[in-house]
Amino acid sequence: MITKQWIRGPIQNIVIGLVSLIAIIPILLIVVNALKAAPEASSMSFSLPRELHFSNFATVIEKGKLGRSFANSLLYSTVSSLLCILFSSMAAYVLGRNKTKFYRFLYLFMIMGIALPLNYFTLIDVMKWTHLMNTQAGIIVLYMVTQIPFSVFILYGFIGGVPKELDEAGVIDGCGSLRLFFSVIFPMLQPAAVTVFILSFLNTWNEFLMPLYYLNSAQKWPMTLAVYNFFGQFQQSWNLVSADIILTILPVIIIYLLGQRFIIAGMTSGSVKG
Amino acid sequence: MTRRIYPFYFIAIALFFYIVFAVVPSLMGIYLSFTDWNSYSRAIHYVGLDNYRTIFSSDENFMHGIRNTVVFTIATIVLKTIVGLLIAVLVNKGIKLKNVHRVVIFLPSVVPMLVVGIIFKSIFNPETGLVNGVLRAVGLNQWTQHWLTDINWAFKSIIAVDVWKGAGYIMVILLAGIQSISHSYYEAADIDGAGPWLKFKYITLPLLMPALTVTTVLNLLYGLKIFDTVYVLTNGGPGYATEVVYTQVFNQFTLGSYGIGTALITVLFVIMTILGYFAIKLMSREEQNG
Repeated sequence: MITKQWIRGPIQNIVIGLVSLIAIIPILLIVVNALKAAPEASSMSFSLPRELHFSNFATVIEKGKLGRSFANSLLYSTVSSLLCILFSSMAAYVLGRNKTKFYRFLYLFMIMGIALPLNYFTLIDVMKWTHLMNTQAGIIVLYMVTQIPFSVFILYGFIGGVPKELDEAGVIDGCGSLRLFFSVIFPMLQPAAVTVFILSFLNTWNEFLMPLYYLNSAQKWPMTLAVYNFFGQFQQSWNLVSADIILTILPVIIIYLLGQRFIIAGMTSGSVKG
Repeated sequence: MTRRIYPFYFIAIALFFYIVFAVVPSLMGIYLSFTDWNSYSRAIHYVGLDNYRTIFSSDENFMHGIRNTVVFTIATIVLKTIVGLLIAVLVNKGIKLKNVHRVVIFLPSVVPMLVVGIIFKSIFNPETGLVNGVLRAVGLNQWTQHWLTDINWAFKSIIAVDVWKGAGYIMVILLAGIQSISHSYYEAADIDGAGPWLKFKYITLPLLMPALTVTTVLNLLYGLKIFDTVYVLTNGGPGYATEVVYTQVFNQFTLGSYGIGTALITVLFVIMTILGYFAIKLMSREEQNG
């Protein structure tokens, strides 16, 4: 029995090490090749670069016009995620406090959005009616809408844990409902709000269908579309494509590493009741 | 009192956007799926069930796309659950650098699919790619394949990439589930002399059922809507071999045949509404019990 345990330990460590390796190899491959000269990178192998070509990044930023796309992505993801938190938490708060059948129905109706497919065809008409077709505001609104159902779901679960006595105390102190929400309730929601922000930021940063359907000018493209377009143009220059990819995924990886506690909390709070 | 401090307009803003940009297009789509709506003529004519007949007819490729979508969904549910569960069980044990492994294994989930697609196009390249390179290096030349262009391998490769990307997500949810199981059950089993397999089968697995239900629902909803993995890796090719519902929707969009595209989405809409209804009932029941 003791010998068995002694063997099992190292084997488990090796197996899990291999799994981690498989998970990270494609990303390491990109990092190694982003620093090579063009002919070296043409085979995309793991051989180390003979000298480090950091200039690839400058080339990519210039050739791929990444500055603008980066700013676009940042704008789309930040603004839509912030609006999403604001509106979703207001909705989740009132939905969570009213225990009538009607509000229960409204809640289920909204989180049904997690499952439902968007109709891209008829959405064109709606975008035209609202004058949002081919506008940056349009993309922000669409991103916000796609994130609302899941955000309401997470925040609704969290609202239940905020004591109702707080509301009553606020009212007795003479708060209006807006002031009560923003100065008492919303600060209490912070852990969940951070989770919602991070998840919705990552989702929207990685999304590319909406701009593909509803933006006609490359000027307004986010990073994902820019990198894809760049790949189409420079398919042979894997060193540049790799550098471009790194610039695209760097923000999400940083946010992930900084916020992974919140991401995991959010993903599991919605799905696993401890 | 309730009405005054919990005003309806708090809900109204989110509800308004949700209805206008998500619900209204879906309902319009149901109506327009019975028409010959397209991008090159302004007139819209009622054509009855024609679009649906086209979709479900055997002369067209749409049934093939629907079948592929179902195969993809089932395969990824099974594979991601098994892989995710195995990793979760391993990570939960006395592993060195537990947190590092968890962070690394979850990492593929946050990388954009578009980028993952580009990376794997290089990895699957028959001449210079990493997969064939490794196979050649260990002397398994006969195993090398044209992973993305061989009709027998393309769809399997797509599924493999999706499992690579998604298994970490499932692992994290299942790991949280495993960690919430009380140690006293395992201690009791130790006293009764149960081995690791029996403990897994009679303690871990049954108590993990709620988490497994959730991951299955998530994988199901994700799989039926699959688009980007296929779009970036093969775009439906070679030929129509790896076409799924959403790549066909996208093709109809490009072709301007909005009527058929809308009918396709409406088929999906009906299926997802039914599945979504049950999924939400399941999840909110747990919420009330929890």
